[in-house]
Amino acid sequence: MQSFIEYSAKILPHLLEGMQRTLMLTAACAFFGTLLGILIALARIARNTPIRLIAGGYVTLFRGTPLLLQILFVWGALPQFGITLPDAICVVIAMSLNSGAYVAEIVRAAIQSIDKGQMEAARSIGMSYGLAMRRVILPQTFRRLLPPMVNEMAALTKDTSLAMVVGIVELMKASQQQQSMSFRPAETYVWTALGYLLVTITLMTLASHFEKKLEARG
Amino acid sequence: MTQPILQIQNLHKSFGKLEVLKGIDLDIHLGEVVVVIGPSGSGKSTLLRCVNFLEKPNQGHVLFKGEEVGQRSVNGKMVALPERVLDMQRSRMGMVFQRFNLFPHMTALGNVIEGLIQVKKMGRPEAEAQGLKLLKRVGLSDKAGTYPPFLSGGQQQRVAIARALAMEPEVMLFDEPTSALDPELVGEVLQVMKDLARSGMTMMVVTHEMGFAREVGHRMIFMDGGVVVEEGVPEAVFSNPQHSRTREFLSKVL
Repeated sequence: MQSFIEYSAKILPHLLEGMQRTLMLTAACAFFGTLLGILIALARIARNTPIRLIAGGYVTLFRGTPLLLQILFVWGALPQFGITLPDAICVVIAMSLNSGAYVAEIVRAAIQSIDKGQMEAARSIGMSYGLAMRRVILPQTFRRLLPPMVNEMAALTKDTSLAMVVGIVELMKASQQQQSMSFRPAETYVWTALGYLLVTITLMTLASHFEKKLEARG
Repeated sequence: MTQPILQIQNLHKSFGKLEVLKGIDLDIHLGEVVVVIGPSGSGKSTLLRCVNFLEKPNQGHVLFKGEEVGQRSVNGKMVALPERVLDMQRSRMGMVFQRFNLFPHMTALGNVIEGLIQVKKMGRPEAEAQGLKLLKRVGLSDKAGTYPPFLSGGQQQRVAIARALAMEPEVMLFDEPTSALDPELVGEVLQVMKDLARSGMTMMVVTHEMGFAREVGHRMIFMDGGVVVEEGVPEAVFSNPQHSRTREFLSKVL
């Protein structure tokens, strides 16, 4: 039997390759999910009732059904309608749509936690609703957004492991492949866990560093 | 007599079933300082907030230089004005809030010039020069780079006044500007307001500061229960109130 070190040296390149895909999936979903989330949050508090209702329905749909189902739907059901996309794109679409719903709730809560007087003061000097949002309200939400957004990004990182069901060899799938060949799940999974931890701990460290910087400004 | 700069006509406002304003009529002329007093819940703040349409009246009109604020009548029905028109109207009326409402992520100077840059589209150097002038006027030249959380309440309110003045408003609306302040900080804000009144600014001031009303007000309005109970020259209202409700209120606050 190979020593732990020899076995690790053998599987780590494969795991690292998987981790690259995990990071790429996470980055793509974080980008599109956040963008989408901000738009949906604004729609959720719009004065136009149909827009508000559609956004609310969207959030309910994506928070109320399993992410796994959403991934399988985009990957498996869309081809039935003649839409065939690369596997990774399917995962990014499904996970961005899903993350968008969660980010929307985070952003909405942050916007609504800003004192109403801020919007009134901005409007009273003649700023439009959109300008007041962009210049006065949204910048103030950053500090409140940071902790829940870090949570969301950490969750997103871990959720990319679901991509394995459509055959993408990200970190989890790579790990599965290695342990099924070696029958050494303990070592394999420990390295896998460390891989995910590396990402999530980095995220949290960056966030707390950034939070301290914001605090210093009062 | 010339047309009043502000005309409030038969103004009604309800929040749900609660009728807060029950038909207010009030004209304010150019250069006039009108002080609105009354017990809490009398509708005086709501009245002020209806003037620049932060609250939408249920009935009645507010005319600013003869032009209806926020809405217009089309075949007898009230229709909201386009947002841009309302924004323009608001930019010509300055408002100062009880809780200052400074933008906490901008410096004192940043607060003052925000409207100049974003709404009036003024260049930054010019806006900053003007902003510094205004901060000097409210006695805060040395605080230009300070963020609001590091300013006292009185300083914050003076920055808020400078922010409103930056838009060169034709009317200033004050909503209990000293009510949230520690007693020793009230004077510095009142002083700025007195200077402003002396410079000829048209002002509508909701306040509990009777000394200010007496010294600076040209006219005093006493509101109770959503109606104007009494109005007149402050000195006259103070020394010889005509209504029992006015007498009762004044006996409590003086």
